[in-house]
Amino acid sequence: MPRRPMYEKIWDAHLVHEEPGQPALIYIDRHLVHEGTSPQAFSGLKAAGRKVRRPDLTFAVMDHSVPTKDRQLPLVDQIAAAQLAALDRNCRETGVPLFNMQSSNQGIVHVIGPELGITQPGQTIVCGDSHTATHGAFGTLAFGIGTSEVEHVLATQCLSQFKSKTMLIRVSGKRPAGVTAKDIILTIIGRLGISGGNGHVFEYAGDVIRGLSMEGRMTVCNMSIEGGARAGMVAPDETTFAYMEGRPFVPRGKDFVDAVEVWKTMASDAGAKYDRIFDLNGATLAPQVTWGTNPGMVTDVTGRVPDPASFTDPVDREAATRALEYMALEPGKPITDIALDRVFIGSCTNSRLEDLRLAARVVDGKHVAKSLKQALVVPGSRGIKVAAEKEGLDKIFRAAGFEWRDAGCSMCIGMNADVLPSGERSASTSNRNFEGRQGKGSRTHLVSPMMAAAAAVEGHFVDIRKWGVDGGE
Amino acid sequence: MQPFTKHTGLVAPMDRVNVDTDQMVPKQFLKALTREGFGRTLFYDWRYLPGEKPNPEFILNWPRYKGASVLLARANFGCGSSREHAPWAILDYGFHVLIAPSYADIFYNNCFKNGILPVTLPDDQIDELFLRTEKTGGYKLTVDLEAQTVTDDSGLKYSFQLDPFRRECLLNGWDDIGLSLRFEKDIAAFEREHPRRAVMYEPLDVVITKPSG
Ligand code: SF4
Repeated sequence: MPRRPMYEKIWDAHLVHEEPGQPALIYIDRHLVHEGTSPQAFSGLKAAGRKVRRPDLTFAVMDHSVPTKDRQLPLVDQIAAAQLAALDRNCRETGVPLFNMQSSNQGIVHVIGPELGITQPGQTIVCGDSHTATHGAFGTLAFGIGTSEVEHVLATQCLSQFKSKTMLIRVSGKRPAGVTAKDIILTIIGRLGISGGNGHVFEYAGDVIRGLSMEGRMTVCNMSIEGGARAGMVAPDETTFAYMEGRPFVPRGKDFVDAVEVWKTMASDAGAKYDRIFDLNGATLAPQVTWGTNPGMVTDVTGRVPDPASFTDPVDREAATRALEYMALEPGKPITDIALDRVFIGSCTNSRLEDLRLAARVVDGKHVAKSLKQALVVPGSRGIKVAAEKEGLDKIFRAAGFEWRDAGCSMCIGMNADVLPSGERSASTSNRNFEGRQGKGSRTHLVSPMMAAAAAVEGHFVDIRKWGVDGGE
Repeated sequence: MQPFTKHTGLVAPMDRVNVDTDQMVPKQFLKALTREGFGRTLFYDWRYLPGEKPNPEFILNWPRYKGASVLLARANFGCGSSREHAPWAILDYGFHVLIAPSYADIFYNNCFKNGILPVTLPDDQIDELFLRTEKTGGYKLTVDLEAQTVTDDSGLKYSFQLDPFRRECLLNGWDDIGLSLRFEKDIAAFEREHPRRAVMYEPLDVVITKPSG
C-alpha cells in the first residue's frame, strides 16, 4: 500500500463507483442542511418524483435567517418566515431530523455538527455551505456544495466528484502569546492568497496546529475556503478523542474505544506525498487585522494600511485601490488608528465557548468605548449559550456593555435583523469581509475574538499582546 | 437541463479580479424558495442606486452592453460562498458563457449544473479579448463547445480545454442525478458492505417525522 495522506484514505474508503475520465461517485456519511440553500433542492427532488434516500444521515437546522432575540415572537420578516416554514415542511415530509428555531440544540450548522458529535473522524460530510470545511478539524473530509448537489445527495446519498490535489500546510514552532487560531489562518490566507488553494484540499499540521484545541482547529479549517481550498483537515489525535467522548452522537463504552482505534488509522501515513507543501514558522505570527475587501487583504496589527502603489502586480494594485476606496481608508494609516462603529463576536468561525471565554477575559471589568454604537455577542449554538451562562460569561459581557443574543449566523451575513448599516465599520470575528457582506455598504475588519473584544473597549484596534492575555491553554 | 452546443453573443467585460458570489447575489435575496427570477438581483449592489435605479456607471448598465450573453471576466471569478443563486442569476440575466482565466472551485462546478459554459483561457488571450470588447462596438464571440473554440468575426480563434466528461454532460444536457442513479446497484452494495448509521445516544431536542409515502 503506498503511503497516503488522510484525504486519500477517506476518499478511497468512500468510493462507490469509479471510471477513468469521469468523476467518481463517493458516499456521503453526513449531509447537513440549512434553510438558505435547500428549498430549491427539496422542490427539485419532489418535482422529479424522487425521495430522500437516507433521511437518517441527513440533519437540518435553522441558522441563517433566524432572529437572535425575541424568538418566541412571530417573525417580522415574512420572507424569512416562509423560508423557515419551507424547511420545516420539507423535513416533515421527508423524515429529515430538524433542529428548528425553538430547539435547545439549535445553532449554526457548523457549530452544532461537532458539538453534538454528528461530525466524526474519517467521515465524508457535505452541506450547501462553503464553510463546511470547519468539520475537517476532526480528520473529516468536509466541503461545501451547491444546491443542485444538495439535491443530488438527497436523492443518492452520493456525490459525483473529481479528486482534488493535496496541500500540506505546516505551522511549526510555538504559537506566541496573544496569537490565536484566527490569526494563524488569516496569516496563511494572506501569504497564499485567496485563490492559492484552488483545486486543493488543505491538511494542517505542525506543532502549532497540534497544540490547538478542537475549537481552534475548527477556526482554522473553517476558513480554508477563503484560501480557495474546498476542504481543510487536521489529523485526529488525543485532543480530538477527548473532545468527542460523551457527545450525544458519539459511540459509548467499548464502542467508543473501538471507534477511536479506527479513527487513529485515519491520520496521514508518515512520508505521505502531497502535491504542494507550505511551511509557516509559528514564531513569526502576530495578531491579524484585515484592511480590504477579501480575507487575503490582511496585515499584522502593528502594520499600516498598505499603499496600493507598493503592489508590483497591476491587478493587485487595482484591487487594493478599489478596496481602500470601499473601506474609506488612507494608505499608510496605522491599523491601530482605525476607529470602529460596531463589534461583532460570533459566526461559525469564532463563536464557540473557548472564543467567548477569551473575549470575556479581555472585557472583564472594563466597558466598551462610548464611541461604539453596538457591541454584539452571538453564541454559535444554544448549547454554547447555556454553557457560557453557567460560567457567568453573559454577565461579564453585559456589564461591559455588550448585547448577549441567541444563536445563529447573525451579523456574519446579515440575513436577519442584525445588519451593519451602510458606511459603518466593524471589527468582526466572522470569516468574510466582502463588499456588503454584513450589510450593503458595510465595512468589515476580520479579527480574532480577543482582538475584537479589546477593540470594543478602546473603540479602535489595539495590539492584544500588550494586554498580557494569552490565546490558549 | 438545456444542452449546450454553440453560442454566439454580445460580450460584456467585467474587469475585476476575485469577483465573489456575495456580489453576484447579495444575501438579502437568499431567502427565495425557487430558482427563478434571480436575473434582477445579479450584481445588485453594484448595479443599482437607491430605489433600484440603474447605476449608469456600472458597466452592465451601459447601453452598448445591453443584451450581452457572454461575460468576460478576470481571475478567480466566483470565489466565496457556495450559493448556487449566483449561476442562477447569471443565467436568468441572459449570460450563457463566461470567459475568464480562472474560477473558484464550487462556482465552476455550479455553472455546469445549470448549463452555463465557463471557458478558461490564458491571461494574454483574456487581455486581448478585453481590448477587442472595449474598442469594438457590438463585439460578439462565438463559443463552440464541440470544437472547443472561441472565435470572432475578424479571424480571432482561441482553443480552450475542458474536462471531457463535463463537456459531454453539457453537450447532452444530462441530468446529474439521473447519471448517478445508473449506479444504484453500486450504491446499494456499498450500503450493504459498509452500513452507515447515525445513532443518537441521548435524546435531543429535535423534530423527527416518519418520511411520508
Ligand atoms: S456564520 Fe456566517 S459563514 Fe458561518 S454558516 Fe453562518 S453565514 Fe455562513
